[in-house]
Amino acid sequence: MKIPAADSTPSLPKSLTGIAGLDEITGGGLPAGRPTLISGTAGCGKTMLAMEFIVRGAAQFNEPGVFMMFEENAAELTANVRSLGFDLEKLVADKKIVLDYVHLERSEIEETGEYDLEGLFIRLGYAIDSIGAKRVVLDTVEALFAGLPNHGLLRAELRRLFRRLKDRGVTAIITGEKGDGNAITRYGLEEYVADCVIVLDQRIQDQISTRRLRVLKYRGTAHGMNEYPFLIGMQGFSVLPITSLQLDHAVSTQRIGTGIPRLDDMLGGLGVYRGSSVLISGSPGTGKTTIAAKMIETACLRGERALYFAYEESTAQIVRNMRSVGIDLAPLQEQGLLEIHASRPTLLGLEQHLVVMHDLVRAFRPTVVVVDPISNLTMAHDDVEVKPTLMRLIDFLKKEQITAVFTCLTGDGDSNSTLEGSQLSVTSLIDTWLLLRNVENTGERNRTIFVRKSRGMPHSNQVREFVLSGKGIDLVDVYLGGDRMLTGSARVAQEAQERAAATLRVQDHERKLRQLDSNRKAIDARIAALQAQAEAEAEEVHFGMSQETLRETATYQTIDAMAHQRGDLANGVGGPKDRR
Amino acid sequence: MSVSVAAAFELRLYVAGQTAKSLAAVTNLRRICETHLAGQYSIEVIDLTTSPQLAAGDQILAVPTLVRRLPEPIKKIIGDLSNEQRVLVGLDIRMVGH
Repeated sequence: MKIPAADSTPSLPKSLTGIAGLDEITGGGLPAGRPTLISGTAGCGKTMLAMEFIVRGAAQFNEPGVFMMFEENAAELTANVRSLGFDLEKLVADKKIVLDYVHLERSEIEETGEYDLEGLFIRLGYAIDSIGAKRVVLDTVEALFAGLPNHGLLRAELRRLFRRLKDRGVTAIITGEKGDGNAITRYGLEEYVADCVIVLDQRIQDQISTRRLRVLKYRGTAHGMNEYPFLIGMQGFSVLPITSLQLDHAVSTQRIGTGIPRLDDMLGGLGVYRGSSVLISGSPGTGKTTIAAKMIETACLRGERALYFAYEESTAQIVRNMRSVGIDLAPLQEQGLLEIHASRPTLLGLEQHLVVMHDLVRAFRPTVVVVDPISNLTMAHDDVEVKPTLMRLIDFLKKEQITAVFTCLTGDGDSNSTLEGSQLSVTSLIDTWLLLRNVENTGERNRTIFVRKSRGMPHSNQVREFVLSGKGIDLVDVYLGGDRMLTGSARVAQEAQERAAATLRVQDHERKLRQLDSNRKAIDARIAALQAQAEAEAEEVHFGMSQETLRETATYQTIDAMAHQRGDLANGVGGPKDRR
Repeated sequence: MSVSVAAAFELRLYVAGQTAKSLAAVTNLRRICETHLAGQYSIEVIDLTTSPQLAAGDQILAVPTLVRRLPEPIKKIIGDLSNEQRVLVGLDIRMVGH
């Protein structure tokens, strides 16, 4: 048990009670060697507190104790505390504890003269000496007032009794019934016990009963002044805060996967830190439980233990539903790696739930705890109370290095972010916050997920579509194009459309190339034709020209021949020769 | 004066040390028994300072305490037994002629 540092300076020697939370509030326990008065109404747990003080003293601190009871007998008390897991009979047999039932029947007693209570003192002294007791409980000496008519004498004797207890140096608890009005105890025991007064109280609010503890007075030491809720759970008495009031828990740098690879990718590729707290918030049906179950399954498959607190569904229903998305929890339960505790949130008060959780966590020692959902847990309670209580839970789990996964219903605010942050105002306590949202589009709703925050790691700013199928959970990229985000079949349609467009484009290109090809061929043909034409024309020209030449030659020849002929006829010598 | 008694009286007186109250109780008891129960009683005086372990057995708180172990039922009276009337009532001793 840890004692807050501020009180470790020796002010008053204190005696640890071993009771969860009480030692923190009192800064180290009850005043050692002095009596403490515990007052409260009937049935608020005085006897239980006193009994635990004795039992834990004997079992944990090697301080034997005497429990002197005036109302219950030893058999009743043994039965009562056995239900809390204390084996009183064994402690008695080991001479660690003496139980002494002081029975006083008014009708059996006739006063015949002067007397005192030396008999009681001797009896108590003998019990203390027989085991070397360091702790004493008197529960409750007020019963003597009913049994003994002479109250004046009784008061004087009680004063003497408390003085004796102090002289013996035993740490004592005196219980007393709360008096009417403002009186701390009905018979004014606070007059005699001046060092430490603790008041217990039970009240009912909204039909849920809550017990509270307050240190009314603790002479010579600082102590918590508030009223603290307390509970009597399976492991006994617990005062909240159960955990230390300081923020000093160790942190782990180890990362654990969520079991959803693409979600791990979004969380810097490695998942969340061990011992961190994860909040999965979202509107109904966004898949909160599924993610939580996946994380549990993953932890169990690593061989770790997980504890699941379900406040919405029964165990069988969770197992069945998770099987439908490929998460089989039943074998994990059989192997003892997974425990599911399903209960109605309204069954107990918030603090009581918390203590039940504490007890189960302490008993089962899991590495992952899921609370599904915390929003239900807080349904019936004041908002004012919720935050500190959840803070205590988160603190406790962090201190124990347990990864906590909380789901939180955020109403039907799927359209916008208005409701995301308002829930429970616990988000500031959370390390990793996954936000699930429904996106409604083209006649369907689809799930999206993004990492709202994740302390101490790089994390994705992307919105992913969250797909649940018989094969499990998958995250897919949403369609981002222009300024639109598409999910579900709209995404699929858009993708198909894009594929079709791409095919078309390919076909178009091919067509264009073919056309170009044929155009080129046409041009080539035209070129050939023109060439042929040109050649034909050239041939024509050449032909014409050669004909003319031929004709000309022929003409000259004719002329020559004529001239020759003529010259021969006239001159005898041909004129054509001169002309040449 | 005659006394009607159902059975023999077995009486046990618890005291704590030799205090004035203790001594007075012993003296008063012997006187009352001799007066009213002559020959029909036995007295055992237990000093709790020497045998404290006996206190729990008879549920002793106050001293002196006188326990009528027989006849049944067990009766207890506390104080130094100086009030004889109350002692007789407490021990359920009926006096004939009163």
